[in-house]
Amino acid sequence: MCKCTDLTHEDMRRLIKSQELTSMQAAFQAGNWNTSCGCHVCRPALNFYLLADWPDQYKDDPQSRFVNERNHANIQKDGTFSVVPRMWGGITTPDELRAIADAADKYSVPTVKVTGGQRIDLLGVKKQDLPGIWADLTAAGMVSGHAYAKGLRTVKTCVGTDHCRFGTQDSTGLGIKIEKRMWGSWTPHKVKMAVSGCPRNCAEATCKDVGIICVDSGYEVSVAGAAGMDVKETEALAKAETEEEALDLICAFVQLYRENAKYLDRPYKWVAKVGMDWVKERVVADLESRAALVARFDHSQSIYQTDPWLERSDDRTQRAYAPMADLTLEAAE
Amino acid sequence: MNVHAKIMPAELWVDIGALEDIPVRGARVIRSKAGCVALFRTGEDSVFAIDDTCPHKKGPLSEGIVHGKSVTCPLHNWVISLETGQVAAPDEGKVRTYPTRVQDGRILVNAAAMTGPA
Repeated sequence: MCKCTDLTHEDMRRLIKSQELTSMQAAFQAGNWNTSCGCHVCRPALNFYLLADWPDQYKDDPQSRFVNERNHANIQKDGTFSVVPRMWGGITTPDELRAIADAADKYSVPTVKVTGGQRIDLLGVKKQDLPGIWADLTAAGMVSGHAYAKGLRTVKTCVGTDHCRFGTQDSTGLGIKIEKRMWGSWTPHKVKMAVSGCPRNCAEATCKDVGIICVDSGYEVSVAGAAGMDVKETEALAKAETEEEALDLICAFVQLYRENAKYLDRPYKWVAKVGMDWVKERVVADLESRAALVARFDHSQSIYQTDPWLERSDDRTQRAYAPMADLTLEAAE
Repeated sequence: MNVHAKIMPAELWVDIGALEDIPVRGARVIRSKAGCVALFRTGEDSVFAIDDTCPHKKGPLSEGIVHGKSVTCPLHNWVISLETGQVAAPDEGKVRTYPTRVQDGRILVNAAAMTGPA
C-alpha cells in the first residue's frame, strides 16, 4: 500500500470488513502500521475504505483527504481554486446563468470556462473567497458539482425526445434522475456518466465509467469505459426496459465498485481485475444481490448526500478559510 | 487578533490565536513580512511554522496532508519536514522555518524572525 505497512490495498479492504475495523487507529493497528498517523498515500485510501464500508460508524476525516476534497474546490497550479456548480444533466436556466455571472463579477473571477462534462467552471478563485461565492451560488439554488471529488462527477446528456428528431427516450430526464439519486456519493476514483438518446450517441456515453444508450425498446447500460490516460469503449452490462431498472443497475454497479475496488482505480481498471462476469453475476443475474447493493447505496446516500457548499457558507468556515493573522502590519523591527 | 507582544532582543513573540484554531493534522496561514507562512498542528499537538511555499513549484504547503512531523505538498507530492524544512529524498531543497511556542493553549510566533523575504 505504502511504506507505512507491508499489507496491500486488497489486504486492508478485507481486514476492514472481516475484523469490522471502523476507525483509522484500528486500521493502523490491525495492519501493523510503522508510522504514528500514516502518510499522504495510505490515509486518503483508508479514509475512503472506512466510510464506504461503515457509513454509520465511521466519521469522515477531512485531514485525510486530498486538498480538493478537503476544501471542496479544485486547487490550481497558482494555489487558487476553481468552482463548478452542479447542472443536473447539463440543464441550466437563465436565472442560474445570471447568478453565475454575478458571482464571477463580484469575485473578479479571471476565467469562466465550459467543461467537458457540460458544466461551467469558475477558475482562479482565492481560497478566502470560496465560502462567499458558495453562499451566493447556494442562494441561487445551486449545489456543489463535486468537480473535485473522487465521487460522482457529471451525467452528460443529449436533448433526447424533448427536441431531437432521432431521440428514442428522454435521455436528459434520465440523466437528471441518475444525478439526483447519486450526487454526493464517494467512490474509489471519479465516476463520470452519460446518457445518449439514440445510438448516434451525441453524449459520448460509450467512453464513460457508466454509459446509457437509449433505444426504442429501452436502455442499454454499459460500464467500464475510459477516455483519459487510456481510451476504452464501455462493455455491455445489461439491457433495462424501464428507467427504474436502469437506475437500479447503475446504483448496484457503483456500490459494488465502492465496496471492492482499490482506491484510485477507475471502474475500467477494477473491472479488468475482477472480470465482467463476476460483476454481471452480482449486479444483473442475482436479483437479491442487486437489491442489496442498491439498498446499501441508498443507505450510504442517506448519510453522505449533503451539499458541502451549503454546509460551508457560514461565518465559521469564512474564518477558517481566511488567513489566521496578518503580521505585515505589526511593527516587527 | 489578540496581540500580547513581549519585546526582547531579536524576538517579538506574537499571540496568533488558539491551538484549536488549527485542525489536528491541519494548517492555517499567516501573512508576514517574509510572505505567507504556514502554521501546522501535528497529531501530537506540536506547532510548526514554515514558509507556505514548496521549493519545487511554489505549491501552498498549508494545503498538504500532514503526517508525523512532515507535510506532503498538494501539487506534486514533495514531502517536507516541518521541523527542519528539509525536503525528503529523492527530491531536494529546503523551506525556511520559524520558531513557535504553545503556551496555555495559545500559539505564539517570533515575528522578529519573519522579516524580509527568504
